[in-house]
Amino acid sequence: MNRRKFLLLTGLFGTSAVIGIGNHVWASRGVASTGNPKRLIVIFLRGAVDGLNVVIPHWESAYYDARSLIAISPPGQEAGGLDLDGRFGLHPALAPLMPLWKQGSLAFVHACGSPDRTRSHFAAQDYMESGTPGVKKTPYGWMNRLMGVLPSSSPVEALNIGATIPRILTGPMSVASLQLGRGADRPLPVDIPQVSAAFDQLYSGNDSLSKAYQEGRAARQQLLAGLQQEMINANNGAPLPTGFAADAQQLARVMVKDPQVKLAFLALGGWDTHINQGGSKGLLARNLKSLGEGLSALVQGLGAVYSDTAIIVMSEFGRTVHENGNAGTDHGHGNVMWVLGGGIKGGKVYGEWPGLAPSQLFEERDLAVTTDFRDVITNLLQRHMQLDAAKIDTVFPGYSPSTKIQLL
Amino acid sequence: MCLGLIIEFPFGSKQPDSSGGLPLPLSSVTPSYAANPSADAKLLHVLNRLSFGLRPGDIEKIKSMGLEAYINSQLTPDSIAQPQSLTQKLNSLETLRLTPVELKMAIDPTRQSQPGQRSSPEAIKAAQQNGNRIREQAVQGRLLRAIASPRQLEEVMVDFWYNHFNVFVAKTLFVGAYEEQAIRPHVLGKFRQLLGATAKHPAMLTYLDNWLNTAPDSPGVRGRYKGLNENYARELLELHTLGVDGGYTQQDVIALARIFTGWGFPDPRQQARAAGKVAPTDGEFYFDPNRHDSKDKVFLGHTIKGSGMAEGEGALDILARHPATARHISYKLAQYFVADKPPKSLVDKLAKRFLETDGDIRAVLNTLFHSNEFLDPKYYNAKFKTPYQYVISAFRSTDSEIKDVRLVRARLRQMGMGIYDCQFPDGYKNTQQAWLNPDAILRRISFATDLGRGQFSGGKPLDAQELSKTLAPILSAKTKTVIESNAHQTRVALMLGSPEFMRH
Repeated sequence: MNRRKFLLLTGLFGTSAVIGIGNHVWASRGVASTGNPKRLIVIFLRGAVDGLNVVIPHWESAYYDARSLIAISPPGQEAGGLDLDGRFGLHPALAPLMPLWKQGSLAFVHACGSPDRTRSHFAAQDYMESGTPGVKKTPYGWMNRLMGVLPSSSPVEALNIGATIPRILTGPMSVASLQLGRGADRPLPVDIPQVSAAFDQLYSGNDSLSKAYQEGRAARQQLLAGLQQEMINANNGAPLPTGFAADAQQLARVMVKDPQVKLAFLALGGWDTHINQGGSKGLLARNLKSLGEGLSALVQGLGAVYSDTAIIVMSEFGRTVHENGNAGTDHGHGNVMWVLGGGIKGGKVYGEWPGLAPSQLFEERDLAVTTDFRDVITNLLQRHMQLDAAKIDTVFPGYSPSTKIQLL
Repeated sequence: MCLGLIIEFPFGSKQPDSSGGLPLPLSSVTPSYAANPSADAKLLHVLNRLSFGLRPGDIEKIKSMGLEAYINSQLTPDSIAQPQSLTQKLNSLETLRLTPVELKMAIDPTRQSQPGQRSSPEAIKAAQQNGNRIREQAVQGRLLRAIASPRQLEEVMVDFWYNHFNVFVAKTLFVGAYEEQAIRPHVLGKFRQLLGATAKHPAMLTYLDNWLNTAPDSPGVRGRYKGLNENYARELLELHTLGVDGGYTQQDVIALARIFTGWGFPDPRQQARAAGKVAPTDGEFYFDPNRHDSKDKVFLGHTIKGSGMAEGEGALDILARHPATARHISYKLAQYFVADKPPKSLVDKLAKRFLETDGDIRAVLNTLFHSNEFLDPKYYNAKFKTPYQYVISAFRSTDSEIKDVRLVRARLRQMGMGIYDCQFPDGYKNTQQAWLNPDAILRRISFATDLGRGQFSGGKPLDAQELSKTLAPILSAKTKTVIESNAHQTRVALMLGSPEFMRH
């Protein structure tokens, strides 16, 4: 039974059918047709995070020459970076991630990014989300195309954290949305039985509005059930963390509770540090601390599911090698991509390092890109999500990925 | 409230029309107007597309004045008196009338009087609060008029043109000033005037970085003014005028960027250095010949002689009269007013009219509203409302007042269409594909439920019977049956959350 037929049937039987047998049908379908329990979470840092201060090339004197105010000191020095492999160091605010690095499930791909040279946030994000750098007219996002080639057919197959469907999830496949934060589990008026029973009658058809309504209701019931129950368990006296860590914990709960959630996306802002970026302390350090704690909470929350999960942290481009006149950095090119996951061959900084000497820079100012972001994602799609080449070509149409980066 | 539901609620055939308010004969088998292309259906269609939806009494008013007179009056908004209650409310929004220069002063008076000085923490905090008030008043000014102005087509065109020439509030505080000064005066005027007003407004100069656009070898190169910035030139061609398939090349983008070098406003740091001198203030349009590329350029096959600011005006003339622009604008108007995939015959007709009238927007719309395509019954009640159209139409139909504009603003944000919140230069889309998704439907229904409970208007639940007088003509027989079979307190939500009300 496909999703449309199922929804049509539940429409005929009314609401109780969705509640009563909905989960069961989808669950059993999931077991039968999705042998692959793998999940993928994409976290997008909108505004271009300064990758050179996230994974610091502390052996490069050019790095320190270019950043007299904002450089992170080498490991071992006061407020220095956390040594990763003798060459690179991690921003000290990301200390919560060091256990993952040491256990080998956190990797970085440096000098990674888009082949397109745009330094516009909007264009660059658009390209990374459509998955087709340089092509503006691609109608859908690559995660929606990915949904299309996954065997799952659940209303919560892909979960968008936030209010609007971002470019990366836009497309013909139906995406469930969840707004996290305080009150995430608070019912909407449409969750009130009297209200929903009335609207179930209005939207019982097979037209596009009715289908959207039915899919939305099914997704919401499935998600809220998990969230509410877990929130009650979690409120066991301890204060809940705030900010991204709280959201990450909630996301983890939903994903643990519901194996049908295969993909999740969330975006974090605040990385466009043109002025007063700071070094080991300051603006960027505060944001990284929150991100590191959140990722750590996400991994802890996923528990056993982490072994089947890959988490990508990406950003539209990097920032200039040289700090600018306002102790900040401007729009650059190459960046660092973060990959976490139980199956990841971590504890390693991947990627060909292009160097920071003036002649090695992109357009004489930025870290060059030596790894296309699609190569990293392709490797995960192939080895983690277990997609064949034809399906991967649907996700990144017309792209011939390099196999230089093998994360698992 | 335990009387017979059907008697209490004027949808059933047994309902006596005692109120005198029911504009159309109703019976339990009456389908929505979409399936019933009568003269009244045509009236509803015109009203729904030229306005943000029915207000109580609208149908009677338009019936008595005649449909043609209604269209004409909407096309000449100055002929329609603004109600005093609306004017009074608008007058209380004092920042709405300020120019960018005055706004800068209003935000942080100390900084403006002592340029280059660091502001105190108190002054920064005060400036943030002032900025919030300015943004809030802009949103309020927009909502008030969209809901209550009888010049509805004007408000509809503000929505259309603001999105066409979109500017994002996080990149410039002048969104309200931009709408007041660059958009509103021209929404039904000449396209060339509108184009010029947006090109010179500090909000657009900031949003698409044209103020930094500098000839690399000019004497004005310094600090932030390092070289060409193609951002505005590219979006001007791709989004504002010719369209992405309008036949321009990368060379045209570069030539146009060079033409626009020097368009901006004076650098405040330069001002600080010239302390004591009276200089134009940041926030005011200013052409800086020192940053301009004075060489000749070839743009779209035309040779543009180096002539300072006149080059940019000449380029805007070329673009405003270009057939590709006529086509691009006509397509967008037809999509907005008729259908997501508008008929080619209509786009051709409008483009022809656009060129004949030198981009007279009023004339193009007049052609549109009288076209067979626009009046084709297959388009009645067939366009999915954007969240903005949905929310505005709900407030209109219920005639309810917004007590706290922030709540409405937050709801629009949750629906993904906050006012002035569109980050991208292409503005918000108006197609079903952009806005129909599972979560969106549930959020609309939840909004409808909250509105029905009076959550935005002071807590008193809205009267379903009153609302039914206004909305009955657009609702289908199925919807009416469902409403009749449900309890009174869910009925406002059901009407506003019905599929017919999601469309227009």
